Amino acid sequence: MRDATAPTQLKLVYLARLREAFGTAGEDLAPPPEVATVAALRTWLAARGGAWASELAAGRAVRIAVNHDVARPDTPVRPGDEIALFPPVTGG
Amino acid sequence: MPVRIQTADFDVSTELAALRGTDAHVGAVAAFVGTVRDVNAGASVATMSLEHYPGMTEKALAAIVAEAKTRWDVFEALVIHRVGELNPTDQIVLVGVTSAHRGEAFAACEFIMDYLKTRAPFWKKEFTTEGARWVEAQDSDDAAAARWTPRP
Repeated sequence: MRDATAPTQLKLVYLARLREAFGTAGEDLAPPPEVATVAALRTWLAARGGAWASELAAGRAVRIAVNHDVARPDTPVRPGDEIALFPPVTGG
Repeated sequence: MPVRIQTADFDVSTELAALRGTDAHVGAVAAFVGTVRDVNAGASVATMSLEHYPGMTEKALAAIVAEAKTRWDVFEALVIHRVGELNPTDQIVLVGVTSAHRGEAFAACEFIMDYLKTRAPFWKKEFTTEGARWVEAQDSDDAAAARWTPRP
């Protein structure tokens, strides 16, 4: 069972406009254990301010995938997950 | 492999011939080719850069093809999507579907494109006479994809 006090080691991936706005393609992060869902992670990242606050503000269209599957706000975030943040897709 | 992501161009005839193979049950081959336009949203497009999310892209496209095969009687389906630098008139995407009859082939081909446009992690950046810009997602694409739910 997961240690409720342990940090959640995550691999973050930023794509397209978000990669440019954040100035990085990704990072390894260990948010506090209360960051247990996709929505909580978004809020936690937005609290960094600057481009993080503006790009991840409520109402901005941001898609989040957990381990290559599109996630919902209540999708759990677990240690070792690869979590990608990106704008709505525009392929085809 | 029914799903390919590549920088290289593709030859439609070669790909469709391979998709048909020697299967004499095939009575219909539907194909869609998406190409780069030289104008979008009022600006002249000189070149375009297409990026994707390796790993998720292949998974998402394979899921879309699998979903199409559960909805219609199709034999084979193929998706090729290019990434990297592209210029006006270049081919971007090919969707090919084989079936016994045209109705199933047309429908499955359109479904795959509509879902690709809204679910596959690709992003276009245009370099126009007014500067570089990321292409914005279109509500009309969401509406097109929504037509297919619930299942027919």
